[in-house]
Amino acid sequence: MAEYEINARGMQCPGPIVKLFSQYKLAAPGDLIRIEVTDQGFKKDILAWCKKTGCELVELTENNSVITALIKKN
Amino acid sequence: MGQTSKKTLIMFSGDLDKAMAGFIIANGAAAMGDEVTMFFTFWGLNILRKPERIPVKKGLLEALFGRMMPRGAGRLGLSKMNFGGMGAVMMRKIMKDKRVNTLPELITSAKELGVKMVACTMSMDVMGIKREELIDGLEFAGVATYLGEADEAGVNLFI
Repeated sequence: MAEYEINARGMQCPGPIVKLFSQYKLAAPGDLIRIEVTDQGFKKDILAWCKKTGCELVELTENNSVITALIKKN
Repeated sequence: MGQTSKKTLIMFSGDLDKAMAGFIIANGAAAMGDEVTMFFTFWGLNILRKPERIPVKKGLLEALFGRMMPRGAGRLGLSKMNFGGMGAVMMRKIMKDKRVNTLPELITSAKELGVKMVACTMSMDVMGIKREELIDGLEFAGVATYLGEADEAGVNLFI
């Protein structure tokens, strides 16, 4: 199981999910992707994105306006 | 993988703000795993024009039209508060400062994500826009192609 890190800080919508999707396509089932985002809309967007792609949102945290999501590809 | 669905957008407007809205939706949908088709018609064709002047044979009216319309995504004006182009310049600056992707960047990204872009051949004929004047990677078709795609899509937008 690989784990990938994406830094999408400073990127505006739809940058973070576009970046996330590129990594998601390369990942194998079971792989983890951690993404850091500062776009505040991402907190809601990531829920919709995970539902749509069938990924599991393992963790969603926010620290000093940086949102971190840990996603598992199914 | 969740279920893939399909979305279509009719890009009728050649305004910067509307074109950006359309491409943000298209990029977002593609990034959620959707199949996306964008159908460019009338003023929307200007979004796809190459920025440089391409020497092609045109009639007088076609040539006039071509000269009066913006050549490409980098030259579009705003639908509101354009102020003869100054509004668009200011908007581009604000968006750059806030690190919003530019329209040409959004177009490149959409292409990379596999968004299908179709130019309406009837509008091209009316406006005297030739294939050589448009960016690469387009398909050329008519309304039946769009309707065929729209029938299979869950979301169809007119922008």
